[in-house]
Amino acid sequence: MTERNRAIVIGAGHNGLVCAAYLAKAGRDVVVVEAADRVGGAAVTRDLAPGFRVSACAHLSYLLDARISGELELAKHGLKAARANLRTVALARDGNHLSLSGGTLASGTLPDADRAALPGYHAQMLAFARVLGKQHNRRPPRLGGGGRSDLMSAAMLGLDMRRLGRDPMREFLRIAGINIFDVLEETFESPLLKGALALDAVLGANLGPRSNNSVLSLLHRLSGTAIGVTDGLSLPEGGMGAITDALAAAARSSGATIRTGSPVTRITLEGDAVSGVELESGERLTAGTVVSNADPARTLLQLLGARHLETPVAHRIRHFRAKGMAAKLHLALDGLPRFDGLSAENAGERLVIAPDAHYIEAAFDQAKYGRCSSEPALEITIPSVHDRTLAPAGKHVLSAVVQYAPFDPRASTDAARAEFLERTLGVLERYAPGLRTQVVASQLLLPADIEREFRISGGHWHHGELALDQFLMLRPIPGAAQYAMPVNGLYLCGAGGHPGGGVMGCAGKNAAQAVLDAERAS
Amino acid sequence: MKHKEHYRTAVYQTPFHPRTSLLNVRNDWHRWKDYTTATTYFDEALEYAAIRNACAVFDLTPMTKHRITGPDALPFLNRLVTRDVAKIKPGKVGYCVWCDDHGQVIDDGTIFHLREGDYRLCSQERQLDWLSLSAHGFDVSIVEDTHDVAALAFQGPTSCAVLKAIGCQGVEKLAPFSIGYFPFAGTELMVSRTGFTGDLGYELWIEPARALDLWDALFEKGANHGIRPMGTHALEVARIEAGFMQAHVDFLPADQAIRRDRTRSPFELDLARMVDLTKPNFNGRRALLEEQKRGSRYRFVRLDIEGNKPARSSYIYDRPRNGKVIGTVTSAEWSPSAKANIALASLHMPWGRPKDELWAEIYYQRELHWSRVMARCRVVEGSFYDPPRRRATPAADF
Repeated sequence: MTERNRAIVIGAGHNGLVCAAYLAKAGRDVVVVEAADRVGGAAVTRDLAPGFRVSACAHLSYLLDARISGELELAKHGLKAARANLRTVALARDGNHLSLSGGTLASGTLPDADRAALPGYHAQMLAFARVLGKQHNRRPPRLGGGGRSDLMSAAMLGLDMRRLGRDPMREFLRIAGINIFDVLEETFESPLLKGALALDAVLGANLGPRSNNSVLSLLHRLSGTAIGVTDGLSLPEGGMGAITDALAAAARSSGATIRTGSPVTRITLEGDAVSGVELESGERLTAGTVVSNADPARTLLQLLGARHLETPVAHRIRHFRAKGMAAKLHLALDGLPRFDGLSAENAGERLVIAPDAHYIEAAFDQAKYGRCSSEPALEITIPSVHDRTLAPAGKHVLSAVVQYAPFDPRASTDAARAEFLERTLGVLERYAPGLRTQVVASQLLLPADIEREFRISGGHWHHGELALDQFLMLRPIPGAAQYAMPVNGLYLCGAGGHPGGGVMGCAGKNAAQAVLDAERAS
Repeated sequence: MKHKEHYRTAVYQTPFHPRTSLLNVRNDWHRWKDYTTATTYFDEALEYAAIRNACAVFDLTPMTKHRITGPDALPFLNRLVTRDVAKIKPGKVGYCVWCDDHGQVIDDGTIFHLREGDYRLCSQERQLDWLSLSAHGFDVSIVEDTHDVAALAFQGPTSCAVLKAIGCQGVEKLAPFSIGYFPFAGTELMVSRTGFTGDLGYELWIEPARALDLWDALFEKGANHGIRPMGTHALEVARIEAGFMQAHVDFLPADQAIRRDRTRSPFELDLARMVDLTKPNFNGRRALLEEQKRGSRYRFVRLDIEGNKPARSSYIYDRPRNGKVIGTVTSAEWSPSAKANIALASLHMPWGRPKDELWAEIYYQRELHWSRVMARCRVVEGSFYDPPRRRATPAADF
């Protein structure tokens, strides 16, 4: 009854599509079922207002795996950068902004010591990030499994660290688990510089600069650049949806079927193995393999059901930390915002509002206790500067990550959203006076909105906090970190597995490999 | 315990304490879970003799009890334990074990299917935490009601006659592992034909307020049937004769083990019959399937040992001299009823096969002088003492 050769992929996010494409290339009969009316998941371009389009969740590409883009021929399927290698501009109230391009100061003034230390800091972080980047395409080793491939991948991880050299390896081990605030304090003087660098370490995370694991979070963010992501920090033409459109085209051209508007209500079982999925329409699809791009909690607790797992597995999944803290702001503007001291051409760079690391930490403190930050930190892009497909001529669209907003605010979500939008516009206006008058339409997505709209439990970009206890062979949980879940035929291919979030695709590819390896072994 | 001040009481007395304390002429007590409980009342050997020749009463109240109800009670229990609970029909009782996700036994106990969909789970250890963790995703209510149910084990050949005399009409028709309900002292007395002695016997369950009425009725009507109270020591001899294992003695609860090799799977406790791998999911199933493939580490055996010196805590060797240690004895007694020197033991695989030579190294003391003897052991299947009256239905009066 169950069709052995068929694989169902739940969710057409980037990882689901990557997985579908690789499975289809390997000759599997692949059906992707997506709840939304279009593909993309959290890498999607949506209408904001008539004529305005915006990357509705993820808004920058910096992790997309080069090997995957090459193997799936994403360029051939229409993916191209509207602008590659964005600089980062740390906005200053007084207009003395800092413009950073990797480890070099492109413009602005820094104390001599900072100017001297910056390239070394950047190079070292990239070297460390490279250790993580090299794990992206490997299945994490199974602890105590003792299999040859497990030993190999554990050995490779060790070797990658050893190759850093003795002193850098010591430094890597010293800082990997600590917080970015302390590391920056050791290295730099300029508050503005420290603020901008600290923000990189906490974007999308439920962490403040003084939280442990913020260095790890930074290294994860840099890991794509470290292993040579094409285009660096970039804006795809057509928004982030262009990536998933290209992936969908690649999957289809390999023979995969993609069905949108088809929410899955449950994963069906026959004995101890999956037998397919049931859709909201009542339709049942049968397959011997079900790969879920949904987050771990949704996949295992909602679609499968805790009763089909053993107690400790269900317990660990329930305690997988997955509450998002990042909100997403979208503004349709009738003109280019005028940031004090910033030329119009630089308005298209990546702008950050984080005047110092304390500012971010103070913002985090409030959210930690259930309130939206009164002075949020922001990562802003105005992609329409480079990409005229996103807004009518002369008009612009602004997309910003705003931190922090708790997943479950003390106030009602509606009240918190309205107040946070107001505060965020207030902060923006300090740097771009008159911005409010340019706003044609606005949208603020709190983590609870992200959960609802993108079907990510907890509204966390990475499907779950990226921290040492939820990393590599512990992601999402020990014993189920090699994509195969503890139910026969069920796999996880999303950011909840190794190597985690960011629009990268490696989890999808590795999961496809795990499916194919398991079939070969059986 | 529902009241907030419970922690002020270090050790509880059971509802039977006003009677047990009078009968405990040796004033010999120990602590069982939160309760003070009799080790021996007057003479261990005579208390034991009552179990096998008359009837004996054991205060079972401290045993951990849980009430499990709700629409998902059955699927919840089936995910919890290794056997198929659907086979335990209403009015029936089943022995069971439950495992962690490594397939290692956390505890053993009994499931009472009191009435349709209404279950009682009795366990050796406190299990509320594990049961609550396991309840996620099930529509089930779990209440630990140890303190709300007074319980007695009433064991021995004349037990049925005494129950009839206190008003349990038709109790003789109860088959082993069955439950009956009888009106008693204005309340309901639940009687299950269960026990830890391997003999004809019952367990009696009643609301605490009526506990003394039950005790008094048993001793009044039992006077001519040789009724005696029994303490833990007498019960211990009977349970080893029956071949029953006990947590913390014959196996270590997996959730309390620090060292992985100290725990045992059901297969390693001779409980394969308690494992139904055709159930699609239960705690430990994946690990047990794996164990089936790669083989178990240990074998649990019942041993009949030469001589009359109990092999307590003995090492088991593969030959009498210059042999190697292949296991240890976990429980040992001289069996007065089987007239045999018996033991329960855990052996490393593959030992314990029919033709294997097994030798127990027994240390014993005579007038403070220690001696050592190597005694040959024979593996025995089933109980050491298994009288037909244990299963005969209707139960006879004797």
